[in-house]
Amino acid sequence: MIELTSVSKRFGAVPAVQDVSLSVPRGTTHVLLGSSGCGKSTILRLILGLAWPDAGTVAVDGVVVTAETRASVVAQIGYVVQAGGLFPHLTAARNVTLPAEARHWPPERIRPRLGDLAAMVGFDAPTLARLPGELSGGQRQRVSLMRALMLDPPVLLLDEPLGALDPVVRADLQTQLREIFAALGKTVVMVTHDVAEAVLFGATISLMTEGRVVQQGSFADLASRPAEPFVTEFLSAQAPPPEMAAYLRR
Amino acid sequence: MTRALAAIGALIVACAWAEADTGPARVGSKSFTESYLLAEIVARLVEEAGEVGAARRFGLGGTGIVYRALETGEIDVYPEYSGTISRAILGDPTLETLEAMREPLRRRGLAVSAPLGFENTYALAVREEMAQRLALRTIGDLARHPTLRAAFTSGFLERDDGWPGLRRHYGLELADVRAIEHALAYQALASGQVDVIDAFSTDGRLAGGGLRLLDDDRRFFPRYAAVLLARQAFIDRAPRTWAAIERRLAGRIDTPTMSRLNARIDLQGTSIERTAADFLGGSRRPVDGRGRRAREVLALTLDHLGLVGVSLAAAVLAGVPLGIAAARFRVLGQVELVSVGVVQTIPALALLCFMIPVFGIGKAPALVALSLYALLPIVRGAYTGLITLDRQLIEIAGVLGLSAWQRLVRIELPLASVAIMAGIKTSAVVTVGTATLAAFIGGGGYGTLIVRGLALNDVGTILAGAIPAAAMALVIHGMFEVLDRAVIPRALR
Repeated sequence: MIELTSVSKRFGAVPAVQDVSLSVPRGTTHVLLGSSGCGKSTILRLILGLAWPDAGTVAVDGVVVTAETRASVVAQIGYVVQAGGLFPHLTAARNVTLPAEARHWPPERIRPRLGDLAAMVGFDAPTLARLPGELSGGQRQRVSLMRALMLDPPVLLLDEPLGALDPVVRADLQTQLREIFAALGKTVVMVTHDVAEAVLFGATISLMTEGRVVQQGSFADLASRPAEPFVTEFLSAQAPPPEMAAYLRR
Repeated sequence: MTRALAAIGALIVACAWAEADTGPARVGSKSFTESYLLAEIVARLVEEAGEVGAARRFGLGGTGIVYRALETGEIDVYPEYSGTISRAILGDPTLETLEAMREPLRRRGLAVSAPLGFENTYALAVREEMAQRLALRTIGDLARHPTLRAAFTSGFLERDDGWPGLRRHYGLELADVRAIEHALAYQALASGQVDVIDAFSTDGRLAGGGLRLLDDDRRFFPRYAAVLLARQAFIDRAPRTWAAIERRLAGRIDTPTMSRLNARIDLQGTSIERTAADFLGGSRRPVDGRGRRAREVLALTLDHLGLVGVSLAAAVLAGVPLGIAAARFRVLGQVELVSVGVVQTIPALALLCFMIPVFGIGKAPALVALSLYALLPIVRGAYTGLITLDRQLIEIAGVLGLSAWQRLVRIELPLASVAIMAGIKTSAVVTVGTATLAAFIGGGGYGTLIVRGLALNDVGTILAGAIPAAAMALVIHGMFEVLDRAVIPRALR
């Protein structure tokens, strides 16, 4: 469904993405894992046509992303960013329905779709009528997710969607998102720096550093057969301290 | 809202043009006491004749502006002086008699009345006390005192029959010569801030004592006979009126009379209307003092609102798209912002005057100049609002499938609305002030009172224009607070 072939991208002298190849089959979730600045967000931008590769190709559903195909490719993608990327002057409902309004959907088609999405994330009408500034962080991310799903696109790109949330809300949303992705059968690429989140969501993981993919595979592959010492280093850096591990084992 | 304002503006401009050579007799004047008074007398005679109505277009600055207004048919008649006609208007100082001027004037579609009787000429005035101390009697005596400070009206400073010629004629050399508004010159002289000013021989303030006119012993200043200069088309349209004016005024105002009338206004503070009515025989048309001022302020309020509304609407309609263009195309944007900025560096009054050769006098040039002047804050506001938007939000709008137009209308403009409205608000308040300058080129508005008050050195009249202008600025500021609520999304306020 999503194919990156030997993609490289520089910003000035700085290589952001170096020779990355990636294949995400339809209906699976792939996690781009790495510290901030490792180039994982740039990969999402390349898929969306917000930046163009210096070398290699990016294809979605067999269509190479170019200036000409960008609009039709983007129409198949829902996009969620860290702080939600909501428009502050529009209510939650208007933020969600904006992609449909842009495509001139009639109200009688928009309204039931909005209702379905609200039910899915557990929103009531008063919440939908609020402005983003009047919502909690978790609510904002739910609105952002609803907006990404408004047109029911086959692909979802999530850039640190839970990064700005406190732990309880975060755990709650993680569970909810996983259920939604499984139920909807979307092709998902998610960016995170959190190993636990990667394990939770990712059928497959690309561990990245300094613009290159260090290793691709399941968590088990990475943990048991690290390609470089960096893999072990990265995974263990986020391991819980001994007391906490003992507590978790109880 | 803006459409309505634009329509009103078009109407005002259309009315101003449609009037030419039909409708009431439009009587003009320059902006000094004698000219106002003579024009008021003429206006009253027009009304008395009953043939056509009278519209007063007083205080049209100096010869350049008022003559231009006559030439383009925006006024029909105004008081002028023979020497000014031959030198400043016809550009031929050899035309010494009125008879010699009639033919060249006829070719321009103009005609001149019989002389009114008095002569007015430039003169130099000094303080009596200083004149005695320095033994100053003639203009030539000034040559012995090159350190005296002079303040001359700008017309006198430039005209060949003014300071440049006078200097050559008498071989004068004064170190400190500056320009001053005529109405302020007497005060500056009396308070000792300057030592020499130019004056008119009929000036009422000379009768106040304490001043001495220096003798023009080498006969430099030409004697200027007061006349009325009119459009021939007006005379043809209202022949009875013209005949009545000539019958009533020709040879009827001698120099002492004119000085006395001027003094009544300048020294005793009698109104122009009262003085004119008394001169014409008092009882014929009563002066309705206070009511008249109130009605005038009300009419000028509408006039001023029209100036501000129309020029602001035009500036918004042009400025917001210019700001958008500047934010989109960076190179073009810089060129644009610099050009708009340069317009702003031109003094407002100069900008108004630049408009005269292209648009004549009156509403049209005032509206164009005010619109240009109102542009910078609006363009800047829109530009700043748009370039400081969160880039990520704009990108997301594109990813969500919004077209460039949808993005602009639904996302960018609403998000930039605070800055855009701030620019428009600044512009509106500034325009209320700048619009008072429109009166200098006959554009009307509160400035009419300010210009008149300046000419008459009458603080009351100045305030009658300045206070409502300040009040209007406050009201408009308040209206924008309300308008902000309608335009700016709740989340951004």
